[in-house]
Amino acid sequence: MKVRVKSHWPPGHIRTPAYLRGKIGQIERRIGLFNNPEDSAYRQDGPQRELVRVRFNMADIWGARAERGEDVIEAEIYAHWLEPV
Amino acid sequence: MTEFFGKRWHDMGGDPAGPINPDEHDFALWEKRVDALMVLTSAAGLMTTDSLRRVLEDMGPDAYETMTYYERWIASVAQNMVEAGAVTTEELGAKMAEVRARGTTYGAAS
Amino acid sequence: MPHDHHDHSHEGLSPSGHPYRADNDTDLSYWQVMEIALRELLIEKGHLSAAQIHAQINAMDSRSPANGARVVARAWVDPEFKAALLADAGEASRAMGFDIGPMHLIALENTDKVHNVVVCTLCSCYPRNLLGLPPDWYKSRAYRSRTVIEPRKVLSEFGLNLPEQMQVRVHDSTADMRYIVIPAQPEDSFGLCEEALAAWVTRDSMIGVGLPSAPQ
Repeated sequence: MKVRVKSHWPPGHIRTPAYLRGKIGQIERRIGLFNNPEDSAYRQDGPQRELVRVRFNMADIWGARAERGEDVIEAEIYAHWLEPV
Repeated sequence: MTEFFGKRWHDMGGDPAGPINPDEHDFALWEKRVDALMVLTSAAGLMTTDSLRRVLEDMGPDAYETMTYYERWIASVAQNMVEAGAVTTEELGAKMAEVRARGTTYGAAS
Repeated sequence: MPHDHHDHSHEGLSPSGHPYRADNDTDLSYWQVMEIALRELLIEKGHLSAAQIHAQINAMDSRSPANGARVVARAWVDPEFKAALLADAGEASRAMGFDIGPMHLIALENTDKVHNVVVCTLCSCYPRNLLGLPPDWYKSRAYRSRTVIEPRKVLSEFGLNLPEQMQVRVHDSTADMRYIVIPAQPEDSFGLCEEALAAWVTRDSMIGVGLPSAPQ
């Protein structure tokens, strides 16, 4: 399933790398519920959030700068950082 | 607006950088103790991996360039323990003075 | 560079076989004072005990690339184990007897078409509960910055040049999962028993910056 990483830029402890924000990838696997680091970093209790592994083509992240466009990056992104495409 | 509207210093993926220095070092006893303190205080619910990292990130890029990995970790664990109410800064200050008075080497002060 | 030790004693050396840094005799730093003070305060207040700290240090010392090497070697000789490893690497490692605590582990299989490499761009996440503490370079700015944008160049600097037709998969360890690369078994090692094969599996091959090789 195609997803886009939200191009949001909140302050705080965020585990969505900047280089992936706004990029489009494919869900590689869903991993389940985990504590939200954005809350846990500040000792806040909050609901657990779904974690998803997303695969991105290098060409879609880096464009012409990619060494080889069909190489990929896979990263764990929290579902609340993803939107449908 | 620039594309990375608020990218933080530690969020390094894709930044330009030089050659990778392959040198490694074996961990000193004090470093292993720092690592153990982080694991054990997290297991005790006094901090989390996330709060460790948040404090590290808030130290800023200068700390990353000038302090070693475990120097930054003990600074983060200490701040986390103060935030958790496990120790106060006053207690730490007094204890650190006591430790210093024991001698000038790690062995003497332990 | 770390290497497998099989034929000399570790007496007087740290568990990895290298001399301890002469820490006890060097000038006390501000941060070392803080470590001693914080540790003693936490013990005095009953949050921790000296025995727990000692046990945790020993537990981390017992975790080393040799553990990962045994997992890989078993995957090479036992197809059922390999399937279990690829399905749930944490459970498979525990089933081999390794105490990895609550770590969530994903095994990434290298093939003749795919080469995997692991990085943590945001900090230094590493499968430490299986492989032990990560090397300094893994935590460096250069590795963290460059591996996601120019992995092939990074790998070539480690001495690994991949054919153009292979796909490189870079895994950015951004959240709760930790990763171990299962390198492809070298042809020259076919037919060896599991114990002998473990000596072929280097730490760097389990991160993805190197390939397994015959023991020195």
